[in-house]
Amino acid sequence: MGRDQGKLTPAESPSPRSGLRRRASRFFARHPGARVGAQIGAPGGWLLVVYIGSLTALIVTALYRLADDPTGLVTKLDTTIGFANFDRLISEPVYRNVALRTLQAAATVTIIDAIIAFPVAFFMGKVATPRTRRALVVAVTLPLWAGYLVKGYAWRSLLDPGGGALKQVLGHTPGFGYASSILVLAYLWFPFMVIPLFSGFERLPTSLLEASTDLGAKAGRTMRSVVLPQIVPSLVAGSIFTFSLTLGDFYMNRIVGGTTEFIGNVVYRQFSVDLPFAAAYAVVPIVIMVGYLLAVRRTGALDEL
Amino acid sequence: MNRFLRWGALGAIAVFVFAACGSSSGSAAKKKPTSGKTTGGSVSILAWPGYAENGSTSKDVNWVTPFETESGCKASVKTFGTSDEAFQLFNTGQYDVVSASGDSSLRSVANGDAAVIDTAKVTTYGELAPFLKSKPWNSVDGKVYGVPHGWGANLLMYNDAAVTPAPDSWSVVFEATSPYKGKVTAYDSPIYIADAALYLSKTKPELKITNPYALDDTQFAAAVALLKQQKPNIGEYWSDYLKEQEGFTKSSLVLGTTWQVITNGVQADTASPKVTAIIPKEGSTAWSDSWMVSTKSKNVDCAYKWINWITSAKVQAQVAEYFGEAPANLSACTLTTTKDFCTTFHADDKTFYGQLAYWTTPTTKCLDGRTNVQCKAYKDWTAAWDEIKGS
Amino acid sequence: MYLSSFSRWMLRGFTALVLVVLYAPILYVARLSVNTSKNYAWPPRGFTFSTWNHAVHEAGPREALTHSLQTGAVATAIALVLGTLAAFALTRSRFFGRNAVNIFIVLPIALPGIVTGIALLSGFQRVGITLSFTTLVVAHATFCVVIVYNNSAARLRRLSPAVRDASADLGADGWQTFWYITFPLMRTALVAGGLLAFALSFDEIIVTTFTAGVGYKTLPLWFADNFSRPNAIPTVNVVATFVVLASIIPVWVAQRLTDSDSANR
Repeated sequence: MGRDQGKLTPAESPSPRSGLRRRASRFFARHPGARVGAQIGAPGGWLLVVYIGSLTALIVTALYRLADDPTGLVTKLDTTIGFANFDRLISEPVYRNVALRTLQAAATVTIIDAIIAFPVAFFMGKVATPRTRRALVVAVTLPLWAGYLVKGYAWRSLLDPGGGALKQVLGHTPGFGYASSILVLAYLWFPFMVIPLFSGFERLPTSLLEASTDLGAKAGRTMRSVVLPQIVPSLVAGSIFTFSLTLGDFYMNRIVGGTTEFIGNVVYRQFSVDLPFAAAYAVVPIVIMVGYLLAVRRTGALDEL
Repeated sequence: MNRFLRWGALGAIAVFVFAACGSSSGSAAKKKPTSGKTTGGSVSILAWPGYAENGSTSKDVNWVTPFETESGCKASVKTFGTSDEAFQLFNTGQYDVVSASGDSSLRSVANGDAAVIDTAKVTTYGELAPFLKSKPWNSVDGKVYGVPHGWGANLLMYNDAAVTPAPDSWSVVFEATSPYKGKVTAYDSPIYIADAALYLSKTKPELKITNPYALDDTQFAAAVALLKQQKPNIGEYWSDYLKEQEGFTKSSLVLGTTWQVITNGVQADTASPKVTAIIPKEGSTAWSDSWMVSTKSKNVDCAYKWINWITSAKVQAQVAEYFGEAPANLSACTLTTTKDFCTTFHADDKTFYGQLAYWTTPTTKCLDGRTNVQCKAYKDWTAAWDEIKGS
Repeated sequence: MYLSSFSRWMLRGFTALVLVVLYAPILYVARLSVNTSKNYAWPPRGFTFSTWNHAVHEAGPREALTHSLQTGAVATAIALVLGTLAAFALTRSRFFGRNAVNIFIVLPIALPGIVTGIALLSGFQRVGITLSFTTLVVAHATFCVVIVYNNSAARLRRLSPAVRDASADLGADGWQTFWYITFPLMRTALVAGGLLAFALSFDEIIVTTFTAGVGYKTLPLWFADNFSRPNAIPTVNVVATFVVLASIIPVWVAQRLTDSDSANR
C-alpha cells in the first residue's frame, strides 16, 4: 500500500487539493472507524432526525390526552404522561376487533401473494429463456406505474354486484366487502412479492438443482429440500412489503371494502379529532412490524427488500 | 454496455425532464402558491372540491383566475374530502379562508382558528339569504364567524323500480325489518348520527330529542344503537359522491341518504334506473357551508376580496351549478344557465328549508339550551362512529 | 432440476394466467379512456379519442404529472446518495449497533404509510415547519433510502474485495478506487434501485396526503381529487393509461441495463 504513487498519469499528480484528498483517503484507510462514521453519518443522521425523531414524537403523543375544556371541541393537548389511550384500546372491544381483522387481512394477502408469486417467480428465474425473462420482468413491474387509486376504482367497477364485468362475464362476484378488499390488495401488492422472489431464484445456482437431481431427488423433493430453504429470505422480504402495505391501507376499504374497517381507517378518522388516541392506535402496527422485523432478521431477509 | 441502450436511457430521461420543464414553465406563470410579491398580495383557499375551481380540473371551469385578475390577489387552492380534514388543515394556520361545513365550523371557532367576520367588509352580505346568516353553525354567542356560501339537504333517494311501495319515511333505511338489506347506503361521517337522532325524535318521542345535534347520554345511546342495528342493512357507506352515483347507476344500492347533485347525476345517466329523492315525513338533516377567515391570516384583505367574489351573484351562479347546491345569494338564481336551477334545489322554498336540521358541531354544552345535562361532543360522536363501523 | 414438459407447460400457463389477471384492470382502464360514456360502465360503449384530445389540453393533469416527476426525481436523488453511503458503511464493516442501524433503515418502508405519514406530520408540526415541497421530498426520500440501500448493498456484497485490493496496490486512493472501480461496477444497481425508488414515490398517496404543501398536487392526489368529482372519470383513465405507456421506456431501458450488466459479469 502506498508504493509507486508517482506512476499515475500526470493529471493525477499531487496538487494541493488532491494532496488533501489523498491525506483524507489515507486517514480513512488507517481509521476504518472514522470512515464508517463518515459514511453512515449522513444517512444515519437523516433517518435519526427525520424518521426516528418523528416516530418518537408520535409515541410520546400517544401518552398525552386531549385537554379538558367546557365545549369538548378543543384539540389542545394535556401533556401529562399517562396510559389512558392504551387503556381505552384494550377495554373497548371494537379496537381489538379491528386490529385483529387488519392483522388477519395482512396475513391472508401475504399468503395469497406468496402462493401465486412462487411458481411465477420460479418460472421467470429458472425456466424461461433469457429473452422471455426480460419481458416478464418488465411485465410484472409495469403495473406499478398505473396508479394505485386508478387500479382500485377499476376493480370497483369490475367487482360491482349490480352489473360489473365479473358478474356479467363470470356470473359471480364477491361484491363489496372484506373478501374484495383482500382480493384487490393482493392484486395491488403482487409485484412487491414477485420481484424479490424472482431475484432469489435468479441467484440460486442451477448447478445446485442439477446436483439434487443427480443425487436422485425428484422435482418435488428438490423443491422442498433445496429450493425452499434457499428462497426463504426472498419470501420473507416480499412478505414485509405485502404485510406492511396491507396493515396500513385504508383507501381500498373505502373503494371496494363495503363496510369493512381496518386500523388505518380508524387512525385516519381519529387523527384530526383526538390525535393522542390516533397515535396510540398507530403504535399497534409499529409494534407488530418491529416484532416481525426482529423475528425475521436472522433469515437475512432485510437485505433482500 | 450497449451504446444503443445508453442513448435510450439518456433519451428517456431527456423526455421526462423536457416534459417536466415544458409544462412547469407554462403553469408557473399562472399560479404559484404564496409568492406574495404581487401588488395585491395572496390568499390561500381551503375548499370542498368544486368550490374554488381554477381550471385545473377542467379548463372551462374556472372562477379563480378571473378573481386573480380582478382583485390582484394570487390565489392557491387546496381541497379536502371530509370536514375532519378541513378542520385539521385549517388548524395548521396555513390557509387564509375555508369553506367550512357545520360539523367543522364550531371546532375551528373553539380552537381559535376562525376569526370574527367583519360583516361590514362583506359587500354581498345584504344579498345573502337571511335563513343562513348568523346561525348556530356559523356564529357563536351572537358573533358571526362564517359567511354563507350554499347549502343542500340530505335527502332520501330510492330506485323507483326496486323500492316499492315508494317510501315516505326513513324507517326503510334504519329498521332491521328493511327488505333492502345490503342495498342501503348512508353518509360515512360521525355527523350521520344526527340522521338517526332526527328519526328517533319522531318515532321515539319519549327520548325528548329536540335538536339532533344536542344529545345527552340516553339519547345518544339510543341513536348509536339504532345505527348498529342499521349496519347489516348497509351495502356501502359513501363519502365521495361518485361512489354513490355509481352504486345507484348499477343498482348495487337502491336506497339511502343523498345530495341533490348526486340524484341529478344518476338521473342524467340514460343507462341508469329511474330514481327519486324526497324529504321523508320525519324531515331531513342538511349542510350549509360558510366561508371562514383564519385568525392567523396575514392576507386578510385578499381573504375578504375572495369572500366577496365567491358570494357575488355571478360567481354563486357558476359554483352552485357546477357543484350542485342551493346558492346562498338568491340573486344568482336569475343568472344560472339552467333556468329552473334554483327551483330544483329549493333555494328559496321556505317550506323546504324550514323542515331541515342543518349540520352543527355537537358540543358538551347542549345546543338546544339545556343546562341541566351535558351533551355528547364531536369527539364522542367520532368514537361512536368507530364503534358502529368497526363492529 | 429435471422438470417434465408437462410441469413446464403448467408453469408457463399459470404465469400467463397471472399476467392476464395483472393486466385485465389496466386494459379495462385503457379501454374506458376511449369510451363515449362518462362513467365506469360495462360493457364499454362506443369509441372516441375526444377525451384524449381534451386531456392533452388540460393544465391540471399536466401540472400534477410535473409535480410527481419533480418530487420523485429529487427524492430519488437524495435516496441515491444516502442509500449508497449507508450500503458502503454496512456492507464493508462490522461495528457495534450495525444490526440496529439495519433495522432503522428498513423501518420507513416496513411501517405502514399511515404511521409514517402521521409521524412525519407531527414531527414537522412539533418543530414548527410548515408543509411545503421540501417536507414532501423529505418524506419521500426517507422511504426511498431503503430501496436504494438494498440494491447497492446487494451489489457491494457480490463485488470481490480483490478488485479493491488490486486498485489499492496500484496506488489508487480510496476516492479513485470508488470513482474508477466500484462506482462503474455498481452503476446498474443504482439505476435499478433508483427506478424502483422513483416508482414508489411516483405512486405514493398516503404519506403524500399528510406531508404535501398547500396546493401542491401530485398525480395520485390529483387522481384522488378527481374521483370525487362528476364527469372526471374519462380524463383520469386517459392520464393513467398515458402514464403506463410512458413508463414502458424507462422500465425497459433499466431492465436492459441491469441485464446487459449481469451478462457481462
